[in-house]
Amino acid sequence: MADQIHYQSVRQMSDALLAKDISVIELADAHFERIEQIDDRVGSYLAVTPERAREQATTAQASIDSGNVTPLTGVPMQLKDNLATRGIPTTCSSLMLENFVPPYDSTVTASLANTGAILLGKGNMDEFAMGSSTETSAYKLTRNPWDLSRVPGGSSGGPAAAVAGGLAPYSLGSDTGGSIRQPASFCGIVGLKPTYGLVSRFGLIAFASSLDQIGPLTRTVEDAALVMNAIAGPDTNDSTSILRPVIDYSIGLKDGVKGLRIGVVPEYFGEGIDPQVAQLTRKAIQQLEFLGAEVSEVSLPNSKAALAVYYILAPSECSANLARYDGVKFGFSTHDAPNMMAALEATREGGFGTEVKRRMMMGTYALSSGYYDAYYKKAQQVRTLIRREFDAAFEKVDVLITPTTPTTAFKLGEIQDPVVMHANDVCTVPANIAGIPGISIPCGAINGLPVGLQILGPHLSEATLLRTAYAYEQSTSWHAQHPTI
Amino acid sequence: MTEYEPVIGLEVHAQLITNSKMFCSCPADYQSAPPNTHVCPVCLGLPGTLPVINSEAIKKIILTGLALNCSIAEQTKFDRKSYPYPDLMKGYQISQFDLPICYDGHLDIDVDGEARRIGIERIHMEEDVAKLFHRTEAGSGEGYALVDVNRAGVPLMEMVGRPDIRSAEEARQYLVAYRSILQYIGVSTGSMEEGSFRCDANVSIRPKGVLEYGTKVEVKNMNSFRAVFHAIEFEIERQSKVLNEGGRIVQETRGWVEAKGETISLRSKEKANDYRFFPEPDLPPLIVKQSWVAEIAELLPELPIERRVRFEDELGLSPYDAGQVTASPRLADYYESVIQHYIEINGPSGTIAKSAANWTITELGRLSNDGQIPVEDSPLKAEYLAELIGLIDQKIIGTSQAKIAAESMFTTGKSAKITVEELGLAQITDSSAIGDAVREVIEANPSAVADYMAGKETAAKFFVGQVMKVTKGKANPTIVSELIIEQLEAKK
Ligand SMILES: [Zn+2]
Repeated sequence: MADQIHYQSVRQMSDALLAKDISVIELADAHFERIEQIDDRVGSYLAVTPERAREQATTAQASIDSGNVTPLTGVPMQLKDNLATRGIPTTCSSLMLENFVPPYDSTVTASLANTGAILLGKGNMDEFAMGSSTETSAYKLTRNPWDLSRVPGGSSGGPAAAVAGGLAPYSLGSDTGGSIRQPASFCGIVGLKPTYGLVSRFGLIAFASSLDQIGPLTRTVEDAALVMNAIAGPDTNDSTSILRPVIDYSIGLKDGVKGLRIGVVPEYFGEGIDPQVAQLTRKAIQQLEFLGAEVSEVSLPNSKAALAVYYILAPSECSANLARYDGVKFGFSTHDAPNMMAALEATREGGFGTEVKRRMMMGTYALSSGYYDAYYKKAQQVRTLIRREFDAAFEKVDVLITPTTPTTAFKLGEIQDPVVMHANDVCTVPANIAGIPGISIPCGAINGLPVGLQILGPHLSEATLLRTAYAYEQSTSWHAQHPTI
Repeated sequence: MTEYEPVIGLEVHAQLITNSKMFCSCPADYQSAPPNTHVCPVCLGLPGTLPVINSEAIKKIILTGLALNCSIAEQTKFDRKSYPYPDLMKGYQISQFDLPICYDGHLDIDVDGEARRIGIERIHMEEDVAKLFHRTEAGSGEGYALVDVNRAGVPLMEMVGRPDIRSAEEARQYLVAYRSILQYIGVSTGSMEEGSFRCDANVSIRPKGVLEYGTKVEVKNMNSFRAVFHAIEFEIERQSKVLNEGGRIVQETRGWVEAKGETISLRSKEKANDYRFFPEPDLPPLIVKQSWVAEIAELLPELPIERRVRFEDELGLSPYDAGQVTASPRLADYYESVIQHYIEINGPSGTIAKSAANWTITELGRLSNDGQIPVEDSPLKAEYLAELIGLIDQKIIGTSQAKIAAESMFTTGKSAKITVEELGLAQITDSSAIGDAVREVIEANPSAVADYMAGKETAAKFFVGQVMKVTKGKANPTIVSELIIEQLEAKK
């Protein structure tokens, strides 16, 4: 059993804990052992937290023994390193936060802890979640478990690689322009970006506040539903969280797709998309049609502008969000300067990486007096158009299906041009712009590299997305395949 | 020389009285606490934290807007104002850019008997910043700064007035009237000295009769009403001089230097900050329901101008007296309380309104200035002042004795009766006692008696003074006069 447990689902691990086939501590240790064995090659963890895990395991085991459990109780997990963990360094993979230990938990950290989840450690990521390959991390590279010469995607590359490589049954990531779905696609796992406001952002170190959303990376669709049950819901600490009663996402999961109206968007299958990726996506749509869904074509011409809108709004917001890193109160600081402003400049010069600086510069420019109307304001107007276009589409269909990424995982160091790198988000960014949910699930492989399928739905349609994804997953065997490492 | 007309607009920041800060649950009372104790991850601006609006603060801004005849926005939003400075925890301040909570109001003031209406452009919400303490290292002489984050996130309200003010005196009156309203409606302590009430002035001048505005200069660092008055006076004069000498006014920010009595240039417009305002993504737009505004309107107390008019109409006070006793809500409460106590003790009176006003404004006003303590906070309670006025009206003491008593009561807080007794201030009204004193004085001054007999009426006045001297001022002057005439006439 021991060598197989790494690839079991959350549900299976929970069942094993309840059946007392394994104890909470044994399950956590099995993961720490595997991390010890292979993570020097994968690089999915920035830090492991065995002490915290041990404390949590004691409480979780007691809950299990007394029968007071949820499916996450006693099951280990990883958190992306932009989610605040009280008493545990939270670095955003940036030198700027090298020694930052938050005195508070993010809401999701607390929710998972309350349900008895066991923290294995913190996942590597692109610095401040800015990137699509996890190569902008100030600390280490993360490699794709399917091919160690390739990137895991990003910015949640650590979480995706950990889940794909059997280094954690699930992880929480954040998705600002595709940062959960794109690495999930590259690593052959499930990644869900919920509706904006469904999961509290409190304690998520902000990149672009109006786009950021926390979501699960899992190996099965059912696991994504189970994790959503623990983290979704209103939070008085987040004014943008949606006031709506918590629902059970595992109910109706198996109801099938009979009569489900699927929209296929031609704009997502055109230029820039690898024909083989497009072909696998179409094949998956046929599979869903075979399962009873009705397929029609829906055009979303404004979606093309989403990437441009994104690269104005996200940098603008990040230019303000990252202004607090001045070296005065916490984090990286350079004191060796003639005066206060010079110290601030030196701190920011030394503490931030190139991509982060690039985006702050872009955002500062877009918000500057004289440019605001042409950039930020215009982008907001186009954002409204994109939203309306999705609204109109969802009057005709229940979900839209597209490729998640234009290609499969590329080689480490292969993409140097930031514009080419940014284009990786072309299929995922529109959902963030519109605030709608999207899920990526595996739908095949090209030359042994996973390909992801993206399902988008209207606001708060997570249950429908999960039901659609589950129907497809159960009729294929992609989710049962794991990299050999 | 051209005659110029000043054009002045004021921007006033007032800290709101709330239990907690604007966006977190830390206590808003930042002054009483040791540095950096009223702080949390939110107001420290730690990464990942988010703001949550304090609705009490919004309510107080709406209340202010209603008191200043403003329209209240049905939808308002928050914006980020970016500038790098260590007193700003997030690197940006949450403020309001284009959709303030209150807009288009006005404030009526009275300047030398002339009614003036000053427009109010907007009132919006902001968060206060941390306090910096600039220090110098004793040994090396190197400068450094300490940061106290207690003040960061305290709710702040900015009122932007229209450039309708035409003199330094108008500016001062307007500021006094605005502060008085804030105190009446209980939204701010309005203390310029403590920094809970701060004013910047935009000052420009234009040739009389010209409609176009001149180049404006922003004046900062004015820490008292007096400073506002003098800084504006100075600035008007400075600008007039520049123009008269053929110069040009530079658009800039200037600071008032109290010690020198002048403004100095702080920064020019070219170096002005670009605040890069954009909508705060962490706070959704705030919908202000009309029913909520109606509920808040119910809370509006009597405003200073309304109280003043009532005092004039119902109590017959002069506009000056009414203005003085309504300057602050608590002083007006004190004044009304004096009248009420007086009536309780002595029954209705036609003179108490006026005499209570005189005592409150003049005598207590003087004691208040000397002792640096507001009348209403002094130990002299309203009921004791009422008692004291009652003693005068009953002719138990004279006015000059009453002043001595008041001065003592202002520090001791003792009742009027006890004070008069302890200081032996009661008048002598016993005719036989006064008669003895009169006889003594007449016998001791035969030459004055001769003068009187020779028809010098003024000699009688001399005797009154002598008797008062002998009785240490306590004899009732009316009785003294009567007895002197009686005894002198008897000698004829
Ligand atoms: Zn706080």
